Amino acid sequence: MPFNLLKYGLSSEYPVEVDLPPPRELKPSYDVVIIGAGGHGLATAYYLAKYHGITNIAVLEKSYLGGGNTARNTAVIRSNYLTSEGVRFYAESVRMFQGLSNEFDFNIMYSERGQLTLAHTDATVRSFRQRAEVNKHFGGRTEMIDRQQIRELVPSLNLDPGHLPVIAGLWHIDGATARHDAVAWGYAKQAAKRGVEIHQLTEVQDLIIENGAITAVKTNRGTIKCGCAVQAIAGHSSLLMAKAGIRSPIQTFPLQAMVTQPFKPFLDPLVSSSALHCYVQQTSRGEVVFGGGSDPYPLFNTRSTLDLKESLLAHAIEMFPFLANAKLMRQWAGITDMTPDYSPIMGLSPVKNYYLDAGWGTWGFKATPICGKTMAELVASGGKVPDLIKPFGLERFSTFQQVNEMGATAASH
Amino acid sequence: MKIINCPLNGPRNISEFTYGGEFKPMPDPVRCSDAEWADYVFNTDNLAGVVREWWMHTPSSYWFLAERHTVSDEILRTFDPKELFTARVDFSAAKEIAG
Repeated sequence: MPFNLLKYGLSSEYPVEVDLPPPRELKPSYDVVIIGAGGHGLATAYYLAKYHGITNIAVLEKSYLGGGNTARNTAVIRSNYLTSEGVRFYAESVRMFQGLSNEFDFNIMYSERGQLTLAHTDATVRSFRQRAEVNKHFGGRTEMIDRQQIRELVPSLNLDPGHLPVIAGLWHIDGATARHDAVAWGYAKQAAKRGVEIHQLTEVQDLIIENGAITAVKTNRGTIKCGCAVQAIAGHSSLLMAKAGIRSPIQTFPLQAMVTQPFKPFLDPLVSSSALHCYVQQTSRGEVVFGGGSDPYPLFNTRSTLDLKESLLAHAIEMFPFLANAKLMRQWAGITDMTPDYSPIMGLSPVKNYYLDAGWGTWGFKATPICGKTMAELVASGGKVPDLIKPFGLERFSTFQQVNEMGATAASH
Repeated sequence: MKIINCPLNGPRNISEFTYGGEFKPMPDPVRCSDAEWADYVFNTDNLAGVVREWWMHTPSSYWFLAERHTVSDEILRTFDPKELFTARVDFSAAKEIAG
């Protein structure tokens, strides 16, 4: 429509689309209060509004929207985990991610590149075979490939790093990446459109619990009553749980990542190595992103330690030697809530009407859509735990029924 | 480079040390309930502040205690466990479980 475009260009009034309504006062009471406006909290609000017709929701965020670990992860989406509970859950998440851009009418830049994990020992090869079979069983596309196939997929990869020659690879065709900020913004925009209130710069200072049930939330902008509350924060999950008097097995570790100057495209799949504790990917802007294992001891600080930076870079250069000359642009860390079995803590808590979405360690971003959907189901049903997240309840640590997810990033293989 | 003052070996590079978890009193495994044992094994205080924790100097396999601030990452004090364990701890003997 060239004439319309011309008219639009010459017009003095441009229709500005408002993504989020301007901030307003907190209401005295909400049906649902969601603590944390990251991907998980916003997705929960969105699915509550979309599927369950619940819109009297406040999403409280102490900082800015999607500014925590939603913005700090390396945006890997995959489902090639090890346990059947985990694979079932993450595979559903991957399927939901594939349709998100359409659903939001907003491009989350979902890019299905495939993820290649390298095995350097026979033990890893055996665990990869299991992962490939479990994945296929739950509808994922994952297969074992040999050195020649790896060479064809990633010609720039050094197949004989130091004392750890690559033996085989786990090729996860569903592996993908997306723009993590856009995921949070998409959920926020669509939730706000349906009447959900998002309050930034609103920090939850205390939880008010009467007769074993949550009744209100105290914030820096006043106390608000709530029918129920969902904890959907990252990095400080155990501290908020402590405010509700809940003991948890979470330990908080920094997880580091870095990014180089941009290069011409040379690396299509996401490549990771369990033995070298390193994963490498090239963004659509050409920058190379490195991520690795957790820091060696707990810390609530994103400055994180030098040792891990050194080992991470050393290993990255072993995998891609030519990167030795690359210049680093940024280094950062996220504060991750690690659980002893590398699975999340989702579902009911000892406090009535207080729901947990915690312990997301290094596996939070990739679970965003399914997490929102299942938490919304949980909240809307008044505490009926959906089958998909039943194995992830907090009580598994007192009944010795952990879900040992050794396919997680930062899990030792 | 970060330095830890090992009570046995003096100031050494942090890469020589292994983190060993929060210091917490162990309940008597025979007398305590399953819930108490699970709480001891899995749950942590995970405080953002000064914590007392186990560390090991890896080359000498020497375990000691440290007080560290988990936000600023400052190590305030390191000391030998005998400061806290002044007497021998005797647990009742566990019964042999058949099978």
